[in-house]
Formats: sequence, C-alpha cells, structure tokens
Amino acid sequence: MNKNEKQRKDIKQDSASQDVQQEPQVQPEQQPTAIDEETFVDETALTISEAEAKQKIYTPGMLIRRRFMRRKIAVFGAVVFSIIVLLVLAYFIFGDPQASMRINRAFRNVPPSANFWLGTDNVGRDMFARLMQGGQISLLVGVVAVVIQVLIGMLIGGIAGFYGGWVDNILMRFLEIVQSFPFTPLAITVSAMLGTTVSANQKLLVVIALIGFLSWPGLARMIRGQILSLREMEFVQAAKALGVRDGRIITRHLLPNTVAYIIVNATIGMAGAILTEAALSFLGLGVPPATPTWGNLINAGSDMYNLQNRPWLWIPPGIAIFLTVMCINLIGDGMRDAIDPKSK
Amino acid sequence: MIKYILKRLLHMIPVLLIISMVIFGITKLAPGDSVGMGLDPRATAESLERQREALGLNDPVPVQYIKWLTRVVQGDFGRSSQYMQPIMNVVPERLWNSFILNVVVYIIAFMLSIPIGIVSAVKQYSTFDSFWTVFSIIGISMPSFFFGLLLIYVFSAKLQWLPFSGKQTPGLNATGWVAFKDLLKHMVLPATVLILGSLASTVRYTRTSMLEVIKQDYVRTARSKGLNERVVVYKHAFRNALIPIITLVGAYIPALFSGAAILERTFIWPGIGNMLVTAVFARDYNLVIGLNVFFAFLTLMGNLLADVGYALVDPRVKVD
Repeated sequence: MNKNEKQRKDIKQDSASQDVQQEPQVQPEQQPTAIDEETFVDETALTISEAEAKQKIYTPGMLIRRRFMRRKIAVFGAVVFSIIVLLVLAYFIFGDPQASMRINRAFRNVPPSANFWLGTDNVGRDMFARLMQGGQISLLVGVVAVVIQVLIGMLIGGIAGFYGGWVDNILMRFLEIVQSFPFTPLAITVSAMLGTTVSANQKLLVVIALIGFLSWPGLARMIRGQILSLREMEFVQAAKALGVRDGRIITRHLLPNTVAYIIVNATIGMAGAILTEAALSFLGLGVPPATPTWGNLINAGSDMYNLQNRPWLWIPPGIAIFLTVMCINLIGDGMRDAIDPKSK
Repeated sequence: MIKYILKRLLHMIPVLLIISMVIFGITKLAPGDSVGMGLDPRATAESLERQREALGLNDPVPVQYIKWLTRVVQGDFGRSSQYMQPIMNVVPERLWNSFILNVVVYIIAFMLSIPIGIVSAVKQYSTFDSFWTVFSIIGISMPSFFFGLLLIYVFSAKLQWLPFSGKQTPGLNATGWVAFKDLLKHMVLPATVLILGSLASTVRYTRTSMLEVIKQDYVRTARSKGLNERVVVYKHAFRNALIPIITLVGAYIPALFSGAAILERTFIWPGIGNMLVTAVFARDYNLVIGLNVFFAFLTLMGNLLADVGYALVDPRVKVD
C-alpha cells in the first residue's frame, strides 16, 4: 500500500514535470497500469482507486491551463499577442506582398487617413502595409532565435552542471568566451563585413544566427546553476543508484526540474530577440533598410524632421514592438506561475 | 579566496586572447581598411599602398595579429584613423562620459529596486506589488530607443524643456555650477530611459528571488519561533535572496563602463558605446578591436565579481 502510493506519486510527479514540455501523453497510459497492479495486491487499494476513478481527474496540462487562465493579466497578454500574430499572419496570407514596397509619388508623407490607415512615408509607401510586413520578420526572428538559444542552453548547461569538474570548467570557459563577445559591436562588424554582398533574406538569417548563437550563455548558465544544486539531491542519487544512464538523468530528472526557469528565460529570450533585432535595425545594421522591419521603420522615421513632424512614421512600429514584447513577457510570467507549483 | 581570484584572473588571459583573435579576424575579413577610408581625395593608389605597407596591413593576418598583440601588451592599442590620435588618448574621455551617466543610473536603480522588490515579494499580490509588476513588465518590454524617441518628442520637441541630445550645450564655455547644471539637463532624458530599463529588471529579479526564499521552510520556522517580521524578512530571507541579486550586480559592473550603444546613439551621448558604433561605420578598425577587447575584459571581470560575490554570501558555494 505504502509502496503503491509512493509509486503513484512518483508517476504523478514525473508526468507533472514532463508535461511542461510535452502534453500529457505519458500519464493516461501509466496510471491505469499502476491501478491494475494494485487490484491484485490489496483490497483497500482497490476501493481507493475506485474512489479516485470517480473523481474528476485533472491532467497536469489541464491544471496548468486552469492556473494560467486565472491570471487575468497573462490572459490579456495572450489575447493581445494572438491578435497581433493573427493580424500579421492574415496579412501574410491575404495581403498584397508588394504593397509595402509600392512607391506612390502622388501620396507622399500623407498623415493617417481612411485611405492610408497609418499614413505614408516620404516616397508614398503605405505605412500600414510596411508595419504588417515588419511584423512577420520580428516574429520570425524571435521564434527561431529562441529555439537556437534553448537547444544550446540545455545542452551546455545540462552537461556542465551535471558532470562538474573539468567538463564544467571547459564548457564554462567556452561559455565565458561567447558571453564576453560584445554583442552589438560583433553584430555591427559582421553586418559591415557582409555589406551589400548578401540578399536581404541572407542578412536576416545572419541576424537570427547572431542573436541565437550569442544569446544562449545566460540560459545555459542559469540551467547549470540549477542543476549544480539539483544534482546533490536525493532523487538524483537514487536514480544513479538504480543505474540510470547519465543522459537520462539529465534529460528526465534534472532538466524537467529547471523547465520553469527555461520557459521564463526562453520567453524573455524571445522578447529579447525581437528587441535586439529592432535595435540592430534601428542602428541601421540589421536587415537592409529597404525591407520593412519594425526597427527599420523607426530608423527611417526618426531623423530630426520626421521625429518632430511625422510621428505616424515611427510611433506605430514602436508601439508594435513594445506591445508584442510586453505580451510575450506577460505570457511568460503567467506560464511560470502556472507551471511552477512553488509559486502557487 | 585570494588564490581563487588570482586563478580566475589567470584564466582570463587565454579567454581574452581567443576573443581578441576572433574580433581581429572578423575585422580583417571585412572589406576595406582604415587606409581606404582616408579623407585625402588626392591620394593615389600608390600612396595608399605605401601607407598600407607602412602600417603592416599587407602582412598575413596572423603576423598582423602578433604585431598588434606585442604592441597591446606594451599598452599601445595603435592609432585611431578617425581621430588621428593614439587610441589611449581618445578613449578615456568617452569612457568617463559613459561612466557618469551609468553611475547615476545604477545607484538610483539599485537603491530603489531592492527595497521595492522585497516589499513586493513580502506583500505578494497587493496593490503595491501589482503596480510594480506592471511597471517592470512595461520597463522590460519598452525598447530603449523608442522610449528615448518618445521622451525627445515630448520633452524636447513639443514642450522644449530639455535638450535633444549630446552632453552639453554647443558653444557653452561655462565651468563649475553652470556647466554642472547643463550636464544634468542633458542627462535627464537618457538617464530616465536607462533607469526605467534597469529598474524594471532589477525589481523583477529581486522580487522573484525573494519570493523563492520566502516560501522555504526555514523562513516559516523563523516566523513560528516568534521572530519579528522585520528580522525574518531582512535577516533570514533577504540574505538568501541576495545570492542571485549579487550575480546581477556583478553583471552590471562592466556595463558601468561599457555604455549602452543604442541609447547613446539615440541621444547622441558622447559615450564609449556611441564611439564604437561610429568607429565601425568609419572602419576605424584599431579602435573597434581595442574597444571590443576592452568590453570583453569588462564582461569577464563582471563574471568574476559575480562569482566572488556568490562565494562571499553563500557558504554553500565552494570556490577552488
């Protein structure tokens, strides 16, 4: 009985921590088998499991969703972010991809109106179209860069934290080197090096790669720090004693315990990637200026004259960056609160 | 501990070497050199070539690197092609400009954010906490350049209260009090932007680490044995919450000197970040390399400070 209970608890814990990454595929199959075993062992266990069977069972996924929905501000972030994504996607699918590039000398520097919702720039390009196209790039940069960051961060942080010793030492030196690369100058230099020899799309890839491959150290360091203390805990010793392979201990026992932190960091990372792309473009060093990105739009619209007299050129893209990044952060916060039982 | 610090300082040397090699390589791969950007329109191809030869720009890159390194070890970072002066002469002033701005910002930010973070965590979900949560989210999400432009738009362009950019009013030859007031006026907007950004992240950070600690058993034990809430919070909980905060402070120390390139660009603040961006545009590669290595050094120092701080406040962390 005692053992059974403990076993079930283990399963629950396991799926609770795994569920964060993958939806609860593990749990539904595993719970019945645990109960089946009980029926042959003990009568009281049977009644308990019957009573449990009548309960409404919340999978960890449902629990997380419920807790997330309880946080109004997180839901607000999710809703606004969905609207932004839908708008950008809708424009991507149904919009005219050439509209943002179309020069219309008859309508130059037109303030926002019914025809041009966000006005036009100095060569008569529709700012609304440019804003929507800029969104595609910002979101793309955010997602791809963060995927790169998380993968590298988990790999390096997990290995360094778990093995410690010389492995940790070497990886940390490597991490320090990467972290000590001054990001902006390096990005600027690479950007200058490529000059006009690459297409806008290639330049975009370079920007994504720069952000992804240079921004993982924070995440890796954090994961390592967590794992350094986690690996001293009993459950790791137990796993080791049971002969669980190192790779499995890292991926199944240690990393899931850091998931809350990974998610929070990845969210911040995505927001950060979007901000970084915008900042690079603002400096004129991101994606080439002809391609509309939110940063490029601000850059083009922020010289002294435009800044003072044509706020429609630079305020909407600024608000777009701000809102997108803020909503991502809100979602991240909400998810952390929902996932991390400690913060309940 | 001293042995540990010395060891870490020694570790820095290979790291700095690798970083300098990478940056050196990247700048050498870039098309154009400082000679090509020469301002003299009468220069012929031959004279440019002579100049390149004289500067050693025709040597293979590894040879150039070794020569550069030998000079750097002797404290000579070469000449800036942009300023026509040794780099060591032009950097300190810019460094100082970045420093005065950042010191003001970080002192204010940390003085405010640590108490705010603690109170937010202790009174979780109170109005106070909600306000600062929203504030942090806004501050973290606001692009510094956009916020800067908004402030310029409102306070400089529309209200005309504060100057647009720079560090002092052009042509103002004042000294003493007048110059100081002028400097302060120029600092208000960029400092506001920087404070918003750093306050947001430090408040959030303090709150998170405090929250984590405050839920632990030993804090409950401290409460249940009847300790006064102040003692529980400041003596028992805060000490442990300090650990991550120390890391943050350590990470901020290099930023004191490194200057925020983007912000300095927005406000045309004559700091070192701005200098770097200008140097890259001007292909002033000696300066670019020198500044990069300097920034890398600062980051390494920041990491070291964070780790030493860690060991000082947390006896569980062993250094060896």
